Amino acid sequence: MERSIVFAGFGGQGILFAGKVLARAAMAEDREVFWIPSYGPEMRGGTASCTVIVGDEPIGSPIVDEPDAAVVLNPPSYAKFAAHVAPGGLLVVNETLVGEAAERGDVHELRIPCTRLAKDAGDDSLVSVVALGALVGYLGLVRPASIRAAIREVVGARRPDVLAADLAAFDAGHRVGARRRPHEDRVTVPA
Amino acid sequence: MSVTIPEGARVVFGRPELLLDRTTHYCPGCGHGVVHRLVAEVLGELGLGPRTIAVAPVGCAVFAYEYLGVDFVEAPHGRAPAVATGIRRVRPEAFVLTYQGDGDLAAIGTGEIVHAAARGELLTAVFVNNGIYGMTGGQMAPTTLLGQRSTSTPLGREASLHGYPVPMTEMLAVLPGVAYAARGSVADSVAIGRTKRYLRRACEVQLEGRGFAIVEVISNCPVGWGMTPQASIERLKEVVATAYPPGVIVDRTASAPAAPAPAAGATAAGGAAPGEPDAPAER
Amino acid sequence: MTTAPVPVRPAPTPVGVAVRRHGRRVLMKGNEAIAEAAIQAGCDAYFGYPITPQAELLEWMARRMPEEGRAFVQAESELGAINMALGAAAAGARVLVSSSSPGISLMAEAMSYMAGSEVPVVLVNVMRGGPGLGSIGPSQSDYFQATKGHGHGDYRVPVLAPASIAEAMELTADAFEIAERYRTPVMILADGILGQAMEPVELAFRAPPRLDPDWVLGGAAGRPPRVVRSLHLLPEDLERHNVHLQAKFATITDREVRSAGEHLEDADLAVVAYGTAARVARTAVARARAEGIRAGLLRPITLWPFPSAAIAEVATRVRGALVVELSAGQMVEDVRLAVEGRVPVAFTGRTGGIVPSPAEVVAALRRLDAATGPRTREASR
Repeated sequence: MERSIVFAGFGGQGILFAGKVLARAAMAEDREVFWIPSYGPEMRGGTASCTVIVGDEPIGSPIVDEPDAAVVLNPPSYAKFAAHVAPGGLLVVNETLVGEAAERGDVHELRIPCTRLAKDAGDDSLVSVVALGALVGYLGLVRPASIRAAIREVVGARRPDVLAADLAAFDAGHRVGARRRPHEDRVTVPA
Repeated sequence: MSVTIPEGARVVFGRPELLLDRTTHYCPGCGHGVVHRLVAEVLGELGLGPRTIAVAPVGCAVFAYEYLGVDFVEAPHGRAPAVATGIRRVRPEAFVLTYQGDGDLAAIGTGEIVHAAARGELLTAVFVNNGIYGMTGGQMAPTTLLGQRSTSTPLGREASLHGYPVPMTEMLAVLPGVAYAARGSVADSVAIGRTKRYLRRACEVQLEGRGFAIVEVISNCPVGWGMTPQASIERLKEVVATAYPPGVIVDRTASAPAAPAPAAGATAAGGAAPGEPDAPAER
Repeated sequence: MTTAPVPVRPAPTPVGVAVRRHGRRVLMKGNEAIAEAAIQAGCDAYFGYPITPQAELLEWMARRMPEEGRAFVQAESELGAINMALGAAAAGARVLVSSSSPGISLMAEAMSYMAGSEVPVVLVNVMRGGPGLGSIGPSQSDYFQATKGHGHGDYRVPVLAPASIAEAMELTADAFEIAERYRTPVMILADGILGQAMEPVELAFRAPPRLDPDWVLGGAAGRPPRVVRSLHLLPEDLERHNVHLQAKFATITDREVRSAGEHLEDADLAVVAYGTAARVARTAVARARAEGIRAGLLRPITLWPFPSAAIAEVATRVRGALVVELSAGQMVEDVRLAVEGRVPVAFTGRTGGIVPSPAEVVAALRRLDAATGPRTREASR
């Protein structure tokens, strides 16, 4: 089964990083994965976004009509992507920056105080990691252990000083996401 | 062509080994033949023939590979310094020579020559300036002098209409990557002898790994200038040499540390130290 | 001049399938994967100039080539870069150059010279939208330029079109081999998506064997001087040279054409697409099949030589063909030439850096299905 997730927010919120961590985690589970950023002038400040497609079969179209989930960390991203999520899909919203809730009744909206949770974890800039935790906690897309391993791999190599905060931010988001997961959908996810 | 030398006689003037025994396509009185001979003599005397890779231009000297007995690659118009850079970077042991005219080097190829010089590529550039596009029928070149008639400036080059002549070698000489820049002439035997010394020095500069070296040679184009060969030589001496005075334009070889020729992977360009152009040694 | 029957080779990999061999699996950006594949293939020298969306290829080379003790130059222009490549390749080096559409236009002159003087260089075009400065978005609007154009004169250049990052890596090694075997420039035609995306790839590389060419320049020591040139001023000489080149192009057409097919065995409709468009088409074919339209995909991997024979053969078995491109319709002309009017050939495409969505392609398939007669649903129901 193929799942597509859009990550969007301000440049500097760790949008591309969150997508890469998810892609690495999926790869480590021997899944097929495709990561594509919005590139060009956009990436030099302003809004940034990337799409991650995870599947069990080779990924076909790199362009997604309707993503299964969108992680939106600022108001412009919310305005741009909320309307495109597939019916029945998931919106992970950074409640700290995005005030209003969606008009749509056909998607699950997971509102997370990403900035506060990131701050509690030790670094308030890790909003995308919190949101990634919530996404994974809610969707069970990949095993949390795979995400933690991917974070260790990427962050541990370059910035070991912030590794603990990254892991804590992911766990904080994951707890919220897993708790909010609709009971009937809940499956056992090995840690 | 082999000649039997009688006993007791000695050769005082022969064909350099690297100047192939062919009749050139150059017009009667053209200076290219003299420059070809000088290049062949210098390469031969320095023993560089077997390790030279030369780059031919587009223009009258396009057939240089027919006359000089070294490996040659033909470059698109103006691109010889880029082609030579590619060779330089993968053939550290080679001696790399470019031969270009003034249309090729000073008009369409300005970007390539400027940046090869700026990188201090270990190249020896021969730049023949006859102030005209000879091959295409005598049109204005970037080096055409003010007032000079050509088939595209029938009333003479006028600054307000056609711009000013480009002193290319002086412009290049301000670049720190240029270890040696000189201007010679084919006007007479004294000038030719001096030009040969410049060419030899420009080759040695490459061998010493000191940086980019260029020798401009002001030359005549009797057909393009609409003159007899003799009159064209007079003009070269009286008029052209005034606008483009022969001499050493810059010599940084004393201050430029000798650098090893770039290995295939070397990213550092040349061996010239940045700094102000040194005083000309000879003007 | 070259109308010999074309043998169709089975494709090395279906669209998007990562090759599972023995290397470690890592996530790599397309631009970087091509660069590393070139290094591992034995690339001796790289010359480039920054342009989006291929700048990461240059940056990768800027770091890695010196590490490997090989040549890297950031040139003053694309003109400089491609001519440095000409020089280095004439001197016997294995050379890579990369750029994106507007830069490739600047390289057109040297492409013609290299084809004429038979200098093997591999050139990567990570296509962006045009004409002119266009956009930096992904595009396939350089198909004409790559397969029929760039410079002046009667010449062809093999064009390889990967549809995944893994395939781009394989084709990079293949490109060097083809270039050297036939003494010709070879182009790898990718697009902004393939350049910018990351996919898991196996770190399994191939370095084509070195030939011992008798024409490269290295100084005339102990042999007569050699000349690498495209100038043949006498008409008889130039025609002889052209006849030689055309014979070479015929051989390449004969031996190097590649395409891949999926679900074509029972297909009523054939989608023809390459590169990123083929991936969109692949998803669209699956969706169309789910709703009872028996579609299949024919994916050219070489754009020149074009898999005309494979397309002609499929055209005898289907009711219609749909060409999908990230352009206003370029390859569709070659598909129509191959189909020779046997069945209708429809087109759908987007320009400007927009990638057609699977939904758009499915809609085009529905229209073609309706226009070409009753469908046969039993098999998929």
